[in-house]
Amino acid sequence: MKILTLVRQVPDAEARVKVTGTSVDLDGTTLVIDGMDEYGVEEALRLREAGAATEVVALAIGPKRSEDALRTALAMGADRAVHVETDERLDAVALSKVVAQIAQTEGASLILVGGQEADWDSQALGAATAERLGWPQLTWTNELKVEGDTVTGRHDVDEGNESFSAPLPAVVTTQQGLNEPRYPTLPNIMKAKKKELRKDSLDQYGVQASVRYVNAEIQSRARMNRMIDGKDAQAAAAELLNLLRNEAKVLA
Amino acid sequence: MILIVAEHAGGKLAKSTLEMVSAARGSGREGPVTLLVLGQDVAGVANEAAKYADQVLVGDSAAVAQYSPEVWAAAAAQIAQEGEASTVIIGGSRSGREYAPRVAVKLDAPYLEDAISLKADGDTLSAQRYTYLARVTETVQASGPVIVVTAKPGSFAPAEALSAAGEQYDIDLEVPAPRVTITGKTVEKTSRVALSEADVIVTGGRGVGNPENFGKYVEGLADSIGAGVGATRAVVDAGWRPYAEQVGQTGKTVQPKAYIALGVSGAVQHLSGMGKSKFIVAINKDAEAPIFKVADYGIVGDVNEIVPALIAASKG
Repeated sequence: MKILTLVRQVPDAEARVKVTGTSVDLDGTTLVIDGMDEYGVEEALRLREAGAATEVVALAIGPKRSEDALRTALAMGADRAVHVETDERLDAVALSKVVAQIAQTEGASLILVGGQEADWDSQALGAATAERLGWPQLTWTNELKVEGDTVTGRHDVDEGNESFSAPLPAVVTTQQGLNEPRYPTLPNIMKAKKKELRKDSLDQYGVQASVRYVNAEIQSRARMNRMIDGKDAQAAAAELLNLLRNEAKVLA
Repeated sequence: MILIVAEHAGGKLAKSTLEMVSAARGSGREGPVTLLVLGQDVAGVANEAAKYADQVLVGDSAAVAQYSPEVWAAAAAQIAQEGEASTVIIGGSRSGREYAPRVAVKLDAPYLEDAISLKADGDTLSAQRYTYLARVTETVQASGPVIVVTAKPGSFAPAEALSAAGEQYDIDLEVPAPRVTITGKTVEKTSRVALSEADVIVTGGRGVGNPENFGKYVEGLADSIGAGVGATRAVVDAGWRPYAEQVGQTGKTVQPKAYIALGVSGAVQHLSGMGKSKFIVAINKDAEAPIFKVADYGIVGDVNEIVPALIAASKG
């Protein structure tokens, strides 16, 4: 079985975000592989190590710099990588068309993708890709097993969690709790440089963006930041309650 | 028509459904506001839905008794096609955001995800949404005969009932059998007010110390002021509290009138889930905790001392 694992490059979670003009400006920002995708890469490697998969292919669709995220995936242990290079920002419905085509030409039986993108906060790519391929999907997965053509595991749902069983091929979206991603070691980083990283052009996939991104604004809601002295617990509690009741008017 | 897939649980219409009706009415998109009620034995929900919509389509069948992304997507897409919907609005819950993309692909429609506002201009629909862990508000646009939208819970005011109830129609659904088998389910319920409905939320982080303290201080304060209880990812991962209480990027997004964070450090992943609360209160020993930067009222102090005093004073 071949696994396709998607990787995106995003700002480090603690990095400051700035907007220039009508969009987020990433100049000078530290960029890393999306943490939620990293769980997908790790899970793919574990499935290969357990004998459930034969090959792990990492895929990135994005600007030239996305190569760094693919190199990270290769250094972690992915067998090879495909980079569809584009500077265009494509929505998940458009992107799913590229992912689905690559999954088909590669003959992948399992696609792993992060449950929520750390930059655009979208949760849509996994589901849209599953629909394009006519495959079932399991989202927000935090436990996964593959036996023969069946995938089982556990995932979070609206009001708790579920154990599931589904036939392959399938799309699985990953999240924290699924595993602890490994760090690439120096020898593996060196080895990764020799691994295949295929470059594709977006043109060959016939996609068109269906959503336009017209503006971005930083949330700069002013907070009162009123500090209450905590040394005297009784006095602090009384003052806080007074403020909540009479100034904020949020308590009766 | 504007097709809204109603969210309901336990025989009752969810507040998110009324929010979606409000989003539809205010959007300026064409057509009657139509609620699609899926499930089994949903007559009660359909009657309630009729108070808010121009018409209610009732898909009452064993085939849709349980939620499944493949089944829900097929049902919504079928009705959108048959009714020539201009807009399909789906809840921005975890399940809604899980099947809405499938509906968009089935309809070959653009998908505006997790909208906090909606505004039409001709056949173009603009939506605002939060990105970068809710630190940026982005405006997105799409055009077309049909557009699929998910509405972020808590972003639209719940709609008022109409003066006359809408007509109800039974519909026949052609849906596939789900391929995913659910082999076990843990539903985490709390006897307190649900996080999505609560005006005030008291949330505990690792700084409260241990599960016993969480019970004494976080639940204790919540009960004394009639609030809902939330927890950080660290607390849930440590097994102190159920997942249903988790607030943040991988948990629930909330925007109550007041959010009281006890022993919460304020990681960006947590802030993204509660940063839109009207008033934020932080109590933490660590004066450097990032939560203080977003707080309206902050107390640098020990939860073990401040909270018992708060509980006592709130009862007094």
